[in-house]
Amino acid sequence: MVQTVDVLVVGAGIVGASCAYFLTRAGLRVTVVDRGGVASGTTGAGEGNILVSDKEPGPELDLALRSTQLWRELAEECGGFEWDPKGGLVVAETQEVLDALVIFAERQQQHGRIAGSEVGTPEGAAPAPADVVATCIAAGDLRELEPHIADGLAGGVHYPQDAQVQPMLAAARLLKASGARLVRTAVERFLVSGDRVIGVRTGEGDVYADAVVNAAGTWAGSFAQAPLPIRPRKGFILVTQPFVVPPIRHKVYTAAYITNVASDAEGLETSGVIESTQAGTVLIGASRQRVGYDTSIDYRVLAKLARQAIGLFPVLADRQVMRAYAGLRPYSPDHLPVIGPDWRLENLFHACGHEGAGIGLAPATAEMITAQITGEPTPRDPAPFAPGRFA
Amino acid sequence: MIYDLAVIGAGPAGLTAARVAARRGLSVALVDAYARTGGQYLRGATQPRLTGIDVKLGQRVWAVEKSGEGFQIHASTTTTASTLLVATGTHDKVIPFPGWDLPGVLTAGGAQALVKGERVKPGEEIVVAGTGPFLLPVAVTLLDAGVRVKEVLEANRPSPHMAAALARVPSKAREAVAFARRLADARVPYRTGHAVVAAHGKDSVEGVTVAKITKDWKPYAWRTVDCDTLAVGYGFTPQVDLLVQLGCRTEGDHVVTDDRQRTSVDGVLAAGEVAGVAGAQAAVVEGALAVHALIGEPPPRLLAEKRRLRRFARALELSYPVRDGWQHWLRPDTLVCRCEEVTVTAIEEARDLGADDPRMVKLLARPGMGWCQGRMCGHAVARLTGHEPAPQKRPFAQPITLADLTLHDREDST
Repeated sequence: MVQTVDVLVVGAGIVGASCAYFLTRAGLRVTVVDRGGVASGTTGAGEGNILVSDKEPGPELDLALRSTQLWRELAEECGGFEWDPKGGLVVAETQEVLDALVIFAERQQQHGRIAGSEVGTPEGAAPAPADVVATCIAAGDLRELEPHIADGLAGGVHYPQDAQVQPMLAAARLLKASGARLVRTAVERFLVSGDRVIGVRTGEGDVYADAVVNAAGTWAGSFAQAPLPIRPRKGFILVTQPFVVPPIRHKVYTAAYITNVASDAEGLETSGVIESTQAGTVLIGASRQRVGYDTSIDYRVLAKLARQAIGLFPVLADRQVMRAYAGLRPYSPDHLPVIGPDWRLENLFHACGHEGAGIGLAPATAEMITAQITGEPTPRDPAPFAPGRFA
Repeated sequence: MIYDLAVIGAGPAGLTAARVAARRGLSVALVDAYARTGGQYLRGATQPRLTGIDVKLGQRVWAVEKSGEGFQIHASTTTTASTLLVATGTHDKVIPFPGWDLPGVLTAGGAQALVKGERVKPGEEIVVAGTGPFLLPVAVTLLDAGVRVKEVLEANRPSPHMAAALARVPSKAREAVAFARRLADARVPYRTGHAVVAAHGKDSVEGVTVAKITKDWKPYAWRTVDCDTLAVGYGFTPQVDLLVQLGCRTEGDHVVTDDRQRTSVDGVLAAGEVAGVAGAQAAVVEGALAVHALIGEPPPRLLAEKRRLRRFARALELSYPVRDGWQHWLRPDTLVCRCEEVTVTAIEEARDLGADDPRMVKLLARPGMGWCQGRMCGHAVARLTGHEPAPQKRPFAQPITLADLTLHDREDST
């Protein structure tokens, strides 16, 4: 297989599939290469979250807001991936935590307004993201949003912009709709001529391309010619028996989740994250552990997740767990995604390091990468995500 | 306490191993999901005396873990042992066909269990179909229970492997002759090269379409047979979930073992059907052999017996495979996965979206994500994507409530 394409995308996860979609829409010929096929890595091991609620005010929040907008559009243009704008509900066990949550939400809302006015809209680019919408929910009103939620919570914050998709279907549908060719083989290395990447060597031969996008997820850091500090952060999900009437309406999680997402701790961190799916099952997360590429099951961690889930929704206690799986979140040292041109090699673009937010951030990432490859102005300031920050 | 040996599964292999080990002075725990020993084969028919064995019944093992002291076996209580023998047997292998989700369609093993275990007649007029010698004892059991067995349909044709194998194992040949005679006496036709390719009925089975099929199982002549029950069995799939959890090497549908039933994981033994479907006689021999992993050289007589029975099993495997022609029986709306109601069309859509292996099809279309975790549809989904069925990773070998799972939090359990 020796062939030439405009853009070669490494990785058929949600980020690679989104890149293929946006790049082909811009008129480019795209081939996607993945050793495991579509959605076979981290994309196939997550819940499909599209969240603004857990994002610290800053560039990632901007990206999330833009991405949420894009997902809404993709659901109409493409669809078929269980788009569910269910909203998120962050709950606090104590008044102190609730106060912190409310302050966090206010900072997110202020940030949206500032970012919207200061950055402005470059000509021809997408409009500025909408503000974060967040509503404080008093303890007594939680049951209006979640009838089965536990007693004794101090209150919460409702984020109506949070949404969910079935991530494997989303990647598969976007890839299919893109018309890009998917080749199932491993990428062994980048082909380099001087200081330019001219293609990739795969298990089935060389593919030459004008640009290469590295969307290899957890493995994106491991190309010897252009290494990146991307490491895996393991997480488990428990899946319950299906319910006839899903008992949980929103994505519901505790405030601890936000601190865990932003944390640098090496050891195990868990926080209750619970939601229903359109298939009727309830998904229970979330754990974070840095244990390399090990995806073995640890029943102690699953037990903790079960305990936290029952703590939030006592109705789950006598329900059966059917499955559990582990996934690896690809994280970068500063917990920001890595999006943009490589600082060492020309024609190489990175789209990786999204940690647990890859589904949510994929379309805005693809939009940015597409602008960079086609030489159009980027809709948002790409500097905070530039791979060169690790130079 | 830490047992010298924990045996999971009190069928022929597990019972034998537990008794031999106890006689040799080892401390033994015997764990089984059911309320009586005997497993699916013996169905608690006789309750053997199990002196010197801690028998733990009604324990549905959902996970096994390696721990510092050996192995932890998690059921409603946790049992710890330095050596583990997994003898969890098989479950029926089924393939989908139009109407297989109707009430009145049972697995052959399920029909037999109803009669032998619960003394319940599954129906009044039954057709038994599928492949393999197991169809014969099922039909006979049903006859003995007073059910009218209308036909027994064997999809495969008589095989030279089988004739040669029967000649070498006279006990099996005598068994087959006895079954055949019983069917003939009751005027039950036994037809090879035939299959039930569809079941019909409004609320439950009222009849089935019987087809003559080619060597590759393509149907070419059809007729309808009235019946209220259909028992189908296309062989068995070893229940290797616990062994896969421990990382034991598998080959095909079973776990790999050596002459003393040792798996690739130190301290983990496997005997009986989990080491390859071979029947109760082989299971008994392997149960005894497994104990020799703890007490030393196995007697040559046992090893020879195992080889003989395994050769016979191999002949069965060659003679009664599931051939891909069953895919011609499907219609677009035929359910492949009953738990998640995934149709043939839905699987084709997933394939069209780029799913080219069973895992990807599962992620996109959900077959195997429901209650049975792919035990029913695993074979079909694998073959529909052109792959060999392989054991799946199931972190929960049995469903467990969230409340029970919390008991395994380290802070609480130590």
